[in-house]
Amino acid sequence: MILGDLTFEEFWLRLSGPGVGLRIGPFNVRVQDGQQGLFAPTFHFLYSDFPLLSDDEPAEFRIRMRDPTGVRRWWRRQVQFRLDDTDPFYPFPASLAYPLFEWGINWCIYEHVHEFFVIHSAVIEKGGRALLLSAPPGSGKSTLCAALIHRGWRLLSDEFALIDKADGRIFPLPRPVGLKEKSISLIQSFAPESRMGPTFADTNKGAVAHMRAPGDAVARAGESALPAWLVFPTYGAGAATALSPVTKALAFIAASDNSFNYKILGETGFECVSRLIDQCECFDLRFSDLNGVVDALDGLGAGRSSVQ
Amino acid sequence: MNLIRIVARNPLIQILRSPAAALRLNARQWEDLLWLARGTRLSGRVWYLLEQAGLADRVPGPVRRRLSSAFLAAEYHRRQLLWEVDRIHRAFHGSGHSFVVLKGGAYAAAGLRTAMGRPTADVDIMVPSEAIAEAERTLLGHGWEPVVADAYDQEYYRRWMHELPPLRHRVRETELDLHRGILPLTSRLRADAESLHRMSIVLDDRGTRVLSPPDMLLHCAVHLFHDGEIRGALRDLVDLDALFREFGERPGFWTALVPRGIELGLQRPLFYALRYTAYLLGTPVPQDTLDAADIGRPSAGILAFMDWAVPKALLPPLSPGEMLLSSGAGFCLYIRSHWLRMPLVSLSKHLARKFVRRLWSSETGIRDATR
Repeated sequence: MILGDLTFEEFWLRLSGPGVGLRIGPFNVRVQDGQQGLFAPTFHFLYSDFPLLSDDEPAEFRIRMRDPTGVRRWWRRQVQFRLDDTDPFYPFPASLAYPLFEWGINWCIYEHVHEFFVIHSAVIEKGGRALLLSAPPGSGKSTLCAALIHRGWRLLSDEFALIDKADGRIFPLPRPVGLKEKSISLIQSFAPESRMGPTFADTNKGAVAHMRAPGDAVARAGESALPAWLVFPTYGAGAATALSPVTKALAFIAASDNSFNYKILGETGFECVSRLIDQCECFDLRFSDLNGVVDALDGLGAGRSSVQ
Repeated sequence: MNLIRIVARNPLIQILRSPAAALRLNARQWEDLLWLARGTRLSGRVWYLLEQAGLADRVPGPVRRRLSSAFLAAEYHRRQLLWEVDRIHRAFHGSGHSFVVLKGGAYAAAGLRTAMGRPTADVDIMVPSEAIAEAERTLLGHGWEPVVADAYDQEYYRRWMHELPPLRHRVRETELDLHRGILPLTSRLRADAESLHRMSIVLDDRGTRVLSPPDMLLHCAVHLFHDGEIRGALRDLVDLDALFREFGERPGFWTALVPRGIELGLQRPLFYALRYTAYLLGTPVPQDTLDAADIGRPSAGILAFMDWAVPKALLPPLSPGEMLLSSGAGFCLYIRSHWLRMPLVSLSKHLARKFVRRLWSSETGIRDATR
């Protein structure tokens, strides 16, 4: 049973009562409260393809989107993200409950998940082979990811590469793809069929909107993929598309720098990066035009790498 | 307090008392366990206990992933602690200082099971009182820096406390506390630091020292029941339980414990440690030791207060009502800990000052930014 099988009323009753339990990639998440701003309708729309947890499945992250208790709420409504009894962020204005939720889920993953080797990276797949777009925030990886999943690639994740420590395969974590500022309209015109949630202006990262993960990607969230390409994208205004090979040594350093738990996993972390670098062809990517990138990366996916 | 009721409702306490209790938990109780274990920072420890009991396979997938991840994070901290001890050796190399590693660093350095699943990378070391100024200078010359800039706090530590203001390493960002003893200079109890040094144990050929088993235990007891805040310190009670169980297997430990406690004047905290670990966590203690430890029993009134307050403050509250009681009990114990630590006049000045400052700074703390 998926979330979309519930009517909005049924969904609302669960949310304000025992919580809505969902399987998001490999994680069991329960969400409660969430009566602020556009949270409930946005959540219901963006997660409608996701499987509901059955009653005998425990959630590993129990999240409450709740009103803070301070006096402020009497003149300005706010919202807090809570995991258990901790609130890792300062309260947000109530209207920004949904973006706060997505950032909160990210926090849960990079703070608490060490059963995978975790890299800050978008991941897409074609023919069973995964392509990692690994970069710090602001380099355009979510935008690229959103574009490519409308040109024949499957979405694994727009934020985290979850790498199996035993065999190096990447586990899908399809979630709504967060887009910022100009990327929102860019993707809307690049892929008019994409389904976008509301735009939230004035977050601390500017305007933010979330693109619904394609239903096929969500349905195939159990199918892992072997990494084949590791790409480090940089957006440069007006730059010509250029895909240039990176030495394995530099790729090793970049991948470990972009990892959330390289140090925590110690020797295992080192082995995971080594194996990833061995498995992948590694490239720097400079780009400005989405169509150019799609062609260049399709070349990789079709097995005719233009630079080899 | 009704222990049976607390245990029946609290899956964390159930598993700490007996890991086999995990076999009886339903989905909601597993969720509660994760919530309680994360809140008390005991997730890694719970995983270690379940694994040792051969129950790892019986834990539902999502719970297993979270607990085992916490254990991996704790293992990282354990490696860091060992590395910090190594770095301190390097800093002191050739200076002739000998230092005793305390608390978590000692459990890790001594290879104790108590160190497993314990998430902290802060190091505590003790040097002889006369060498402390030079030891601090040495560390400041090797990359450690003062954490506390505030002149009042600096003065407070140096004048009253058994440790110097905390240091932090500039690059590794780990915290280091430099102790001259295990109790504040003003405390109502005195533990002879020289005797602690004399009885300490050398672990390796570099001269890494830790307290002897009875002293390690007494230090942990003092830390929880005499010096620290009891509220939310279930982790410290779990340390005590682990040390009792681990040292209890060694010949001579139980017979040496109470006499050593009396020698150091620490029979009261030892009495509390034995009482509340046995009561709340089911720690096995020989009857002879319990009888001998009775010498540390407080008056009936104080004991009744402690029996009321300690479990409420230590155990994570499960409902808003319990939360209120826990705050109340925690507050009483907080006042008590300061009372034990300082003469009344200095205490009231200190608390007044802290209160005024808290009013000023309550809005300025910074939490994790969004990503």
